[in-house]
Amino acid sequence: MAKQYETVIGLEVHVELATKTKIFCGCSTAFGGEPNTHTCPVCTGMPGSLPVLNKQVVEYAVAVGLATNCKITQYCKFDRKNYFYPDNPQNYQISQLYLPICRDGGVEIELENGEKKTIGIHEIHMEEDAGKLIHDEWGENSLVDFNRSGVPLIEIVSEPDMRSAEEVIAYLDKLRIIIQYLGASDCKLQEGSMRADVNLSVREAGASEFGTRTEMKNLNSFKAIARAIEAEKNRQIDLIESGEAVIQETRRWDDNKEYSYAMRSKEDAQDYRYFPEPDLVPVEISDQWLEEIRAKQPEFRTQKLERYEREYHIPEYDAKIITESKKMADLFEETVAICSNPKKVSNWLMVETMRLLKEHDMEPEEIRFTPDNLAKLINLVDGGTINSSVAKQVFEQMFEYNTDPEAYVEEKGLKMDSDEDGLKKIVEEVIASNPQSVEDYRSGKEKAIGFLVGQTMKATKGKANPGMINKLLKELL
Amino acid sequence: MELMKLTAVETGKKIKAGEISVEDAVNAAFEQIETVEKDVNAYVTVLEKACVLEKAKEIQKKIDSGELTGPLAGVPVAIKDNMCTEGILTTCSSKILSNFKPAYTSEAVLNLEKAGAVIIGKTNMDEFAMGSTTETSAYGATKNPWNFEHVPGGSSGGSCAAVAAEECSCALGSDTGGSIRQPSSFCGVTGLKPTYGTVSRYGLIAYGSSLDQIGPVAKDVTDCAVILETIASYDQKDSTSVKREEYDFTSALKEDVKGLKIGIPKGYFGDGLDEDVRKAVLEAAKVLEKKGAVLEEFDLGLVDYAIPAYYVIASAEASSNLARFDGVKYGFRTEEFRGLHNMYKKTRSEGFGAEVKRRIMLGSFVLSSGYFDAYYLKALRTKALIKKEFDRAFETYDLILGPAAPTTAPKLGESLSDPIKMYLGDIYTISVNLAGLPGISIPCGTDKKGLPIGLQLIGNCFEEKTMIQAAYTFEQSRSYEGPKMVQR
Amino acid sequence: MANVISDETIEYVGILAKLELSAEEREQAKKDMGSMLDYIDQLNELDTSNVEPMSHVFPVKNVFREDVVTNGDDREAITANAPEKQNGSFVVPKTFD
Repeated sequence: MAKQYETVIGLEVHVELATKTKIFCGCSTAFGGEPNTHTCPVCTGMPGSLPVLNKQVVEYAVAVGLATNCKITQYCKFDRKNYFYPDNPQNYQISQLYLPICRDGGVEIELENGEKKTIGIHEIHMEEDAGKLIHDEWGENSLVDFNRSGVPLIEIVSEPDMRSAEEVIAYLDKLRIIIQYLGASDCKLQEGSMRADVNLSVREAGASEFGTRTEMKNLNSFKAIARAIEAEKNRQIDLIESGEAVIQETRRWDDNKEYSYAMRSKEDAQDYRYFPEPDLVPVEISDQWLEEIRAKQPEFRTQKLERYEREYHIPEYDAKIITESKKMADLFEETVAICSNPKKVSNWLMVETMRLLKEHDMEPEEIRFTPDNLAKLINLVDGGTINSSVAKQVFEQMFEYNTDPEAYVEEKGLKMDSDEDGLKKIVEEVIASNPQSVEDYRSGKEKAIGFLVGQTMKATKGKANPGMINKLLKELL
Repeated sequence: MELMKLTAVETGKKIKAGEISVEDAVNAAFEQIETVEKDVNAYVTVLEKACVLEKAKEIQKKIDSGELTGPLAGVPVAIKDNMCTEGILTTCSSKILSNFKPAYTSEAVLNLEKAGAVIIGKTNMDEFAMGSTTETSAYGATKNPWNFEHVPGGSSGGSCAAVAAEECSCALGSDTGGSIRQPSSFCGVTGLKPTYGTVSRYGLIAYGSSLDQIGPVAKDVTDCAVILETIASYDQKDSTSVKREEYDFTSALKEDVKGLKIGIPKGYFGDGLDEDVRKAVLEAAKVLEKKGAVLEEFDLGLVDYAIPAYYVIASAEASSNLARFDGVKYGFRTEEFRGLHNMYKKTRSEGFGAEVKRRIMLGSFVLSSGYFDAYYLKALRTKALIKKEFDRAFETYDLILGPAAPTTAPKLGESLSDPIKMYLGDIYTISVNLAGLPGISIPCGTDKKGLPIGLQLIGNCFEEKTMIQAAYTFEQSRSYEGPKMVQR
Repeated sequence: MANVISDETIEYVGILAKLELSAEEREQAKKDMGSMLDYIDQLNELDTSNVEPMSHVFPVKNVFREDVVTNGDDREAITANAPEKQNGSFVVPKTFD
């Protein structure tokens, strides 16, 4: 009978911080732009240039550290990591090895089956991003663009606490939400503002020693991560089963081929010769500074979830979806503050908003309509000014252009028609022109009335008060 | 050329007084360059005379209009070739930067330009400032103006020789382990290395970042004080730059050492010290004593450990600082190569000279896994102990006095054969860099061969003024004597 | 000579430092590095057991920039010295990934 294996996974997550400028110079971090148009002597490694640390980078790093329950290193330093590669202009990367800014943290993840588990964070350090290499498919050259060179990163190094792709994805999602709530990064895997390297090893179930691990790079979607984990797990098990050794190495995942290959070459000795960066001075984070950063921390998802159920009495399921993004949560809270109708607000967000976001394939961050317009719409329905089918149409308008619903209803004359005499005439016409349905209804086919209601609505361009139509029909039949 | 015998400050005075024009000063410098440069080879690059004269005109206007009033306005200066100068070739005397024209000018040079100094050229040096003779330059050795068979010292040999040979009024050098003070002593000029962090390193092509400092090279102490006052500044572009309470160094130009406590380290007068040098330096000490200073011999510990510690730290930092020279962004790239890493290796192997490669190899080794603690951390710990030794000494003494170098200038070609012997020549200067202290070398006589000898005064951190005052006081006892150059 | 530098070590350091030494350069390098290390080994005479390594001589700390864009497009100047460039980018031999 085949042996049972356990997969042991640790993650190195790189997150691009949302600063306006690079970590060591005043160049913009804006995306796009022609090659090397966001560069200066510092981020291109010109001789004689010197780095100066961007204060905001420290604040973001500390904020993330606090939010992930880390100990903040109040006296931290930068080190040089030496290796030659063309995207690295100085041929060393300024990073942190000996005194990283955060240590010994952890976050709690929740799995599909509701089981909760804490994933330890070994450390978080600050470093600079590399430039971009554009490969010429046919020629024998690569082009170097340093626009991204020097963009600030934090690297979040987890403990080897994960055992499955599901745990890995839950952990990444947890980090993403925390960091987005802090506004420290937009954390988009596809766009590379969040990158995960997977350290994976396997061992016989129950074994106490870890197996030899490999590091997997180039994973830019949750799906890719899941596939890569599966493939690497099997590759290592096959090696072990066939009596071969797993080599500790860095591998690169090709998601199209669903295959990874070793990146080692005899030219990279993997000996980074770290030493204290002589061009930068230590960072000392006073208790007061630490408190100022702590005071600025937002209410995070976990707190919101339980407050929503307590204060707003909305179902846990709704609360979870709404708090997936801070934008959505803020929109919810601000709208409720105006129209004090949590259930209806959450319905609009859960159903119509989600539907349209999907249709336009937009992120919640891109929502344009304001809380008070949503509140107005809800009030229009509650107050019987418009009926729900009109409301949907008004909402779509508002979603597109953040139109003021009241003005729009006014202008387009969409108010609900509740004039009994007027409607009575229309209903009589409908009955007269649909003898068949009338016949069916009278012979007991209850639902035939639905058709008649529909016809009446049509005749009133959807503005009629549905309750009243029902009442009238029942009377007249 | 009489004009070039003047000090920078004297030249500036004459210009301000209208006795001479900026163009006269510039022409004088070029005349002297045309006469002696072929023998001295102090410059890697002499700027286009026409362009410099254009600049001279501009500056003359600003002086006439009263916009420029400083003591260096209109004075022709030379810059060591490891300081970036926008659009002007900056080679570090290396083949790998043979075609490099920086996009910006280093802060210290900007400060000089703001003061109206006229840059006439970039001076020769040991390649990337690694050496003590200016023989490791890819552009030929610089000769000692006092005797063309001898080296000018290094690594700022070009700047010191240019000043001694009167090819400029004054110059900037850089000092990582003695690279201003030792060649100043060999060339009979005055050179000052400020407290670490006093002059911005922005634009100085790094050798040992934690040790490098830019400083003045001139004919006398007054010039040095004036130049230092001009180039020193707190610079936000240099994180290691120190905000000092005051930058007024010229107020220390007073003849007074009464009661000044000067310590003389016994260890600085042991084996390996040339007899003539010993005599000259001790006589210089007597001069200060006569003028009221209190001399005292004492034991400065760890003297012998400074050099090994220095070579570990400087080489380690250099191995990383010089990694950027890879044929991708600027400078030399090898002609033929197979793939990226071969391009790196060939470019660097062809672009760097032997001494630079030696230090990069050593530096890479001491940082490599398994050796980092034993070598690099050990050296940093030794540095801490050496700093403590100096702190202790300065509890008792205002200044430390000794030779700048154990010998006078050696003959060309004598030193490179035995690196360690050459390194030992920096024994009195290196510890000053490790401890971040200010030091100055002042001419104090010549040896039997007629080669200059330098007296070194070492001050406590941020105590340049004490040092300058003592140096100035000593200087009053002797008048400046340039080399009598035999023109071929 | 206490420190004997092997060919492997020189080869390895060559990879780290990206230097390719000729046959006689290697021999010279082995000698030089060996004697330098012998010389450096005298540091072991010092007891530094409870001494903190000192990287900066002065206790300067917390030197920061504010997060404000100060640089514009300087591409011309930045790429001016490039040995080989192609529409604003630096050109290097193809890298494998």
